[in-house]
Amino acid sequence: MSAAVFEPVVGRYLRLDLLGKPHRLYVEEAGQGIPLLCLHTAGSDSRQYRAVLNDPAILKDFRVIAFDLPWHGKSSPPSGWHEIEEYRLTSRDYADIVVGVADALGLDQPVAMGCSIGGRIVLHLALEHPDRFGAVIGLQSGGHVAPYYDMQWLHRPDVHGEVSAAVVSGLIGPNASDADRWETLWHYMQGGPGIFKGDLYFYKVDGDIRGRLREIDTQRCPVHLLTGEYDYSCTPEDTLAAAASIPGANAVIMPGIGHFPMSEDPEGFLTHLRPVLERIRAERRR
Amino acid sequence: MIETLAERVNGDARLVHRGRFVETTFLLEVGDEAWLVRIEEGRIAEIRRGPFVMPRWTFALRASAEAWGQFWSASPPPGFHDLFALIRFKRLSVEGDMHPFMANLFYFKGVLGSLRGQA
Repeated sequence: MSAAVFEPVVGRYLRLDLLGKPHRLYVEEAGQGIPLLCLHTAGSDSRQYRAVLNDPAILKDFRVIAFDLPWHGKSSPPSGWHEIEEYRLTSRDYADIVVGVADALGLDQPVAMGCSIGGRIVLHLALEHPDRFGAVIGLQSGGHVAPYYDMQWLHRPDVHGEVSAAVVSGLIGPNASDADRWETLWHYMQGGPGIFKGDLYFYKVDGDIRGRLREIDTQRCPVHLLTGEYDYSCTPEDTLAAAASIPGANAVIMPGIGHFPMSEDPEGFLTHLRPVLERIRAERRR
Repeated sequence: MIETLAERVNGDARLVHRGRFVETTFLLEVGDEAWLVRIEEGRIAEIRRGPFVMPRWTFALRASAEAWGQFWSASPPPGFHDLFALIRFKRLSVEGDMHPFMANLFYFKGVLGSLRGQA
């Protein structure tokens, strides 16, 4: 039996106003240095970043911060949530939440790293707030994903919410261990009713940024894209097309990995992430 | 190969448990060939091979023999490694009343995936 140990990760609750309402958000962090603000995928939470938050090589130079979006993980929905007919994430609300958290924490030129919906919003952030963020890293990041199944199945009383995990299970690549595969799916099984579906409104409808990718100025806000080979939601082709549209963007395709790199294959993902962070750190010193 | 579905599924106690509320018949189409698969309490109760005259089924899964062949290979390439990957790239069509399929999606991914490594 191994001895019990505390991880270097500290979790706290942050009280702040977002979108004109008081919120209580769950925030985890570890390390010190350049702020690295991590954004989870649709319908999941910040546990996806557990390996980044535990990597000594990264924690040496980066203050890694991951928070649960409102309605996700241990962050509550705003009071009065039960009177809302349907939760829906929009581009404007999502960007306001990320900037609001960065402001509340007083982060200086943070690096924003997001996956899937997070990988999409960092493109919006690079476009709309290029001087607020030091760089962005988009994981499974593309300009748009067209719906390929009927999303009504994700939220109806006669189908258990477990379906969200079943829908995304194939997005995990073959490199994933059983433990990390099912940890990743567990987060999906724990999502609140309709939340995954509401996040996908941003991903598949409202957040289409294809037409504006050319306007991103990577001199002001560098853009790095990392995408897993087995992702059929945001495919490698989608990421390469986005990179081709953003002058100065870098893209790397990660073999054997799927849609949840940081959670499904933490060690494999870190080998791709560390060089990107090292490059960001070197360019920041200049 | 499709005929081995019954022993593969019924021999997997965890999979049968997952599907313990499933009572349905679905059509499995592999290119020009078709099978009707009847499920009772998560167990494959009957598999009938076509051609059929006036078949009855609740939902149908239709894909080419090539697409299923890749899906059932031991290490399917990207895009062939999951039922939803096949759907995404329009290689698999799901028709009919999809409720039992979607309400028990982990189960049906397990049932179709149980043939993996035989192709």
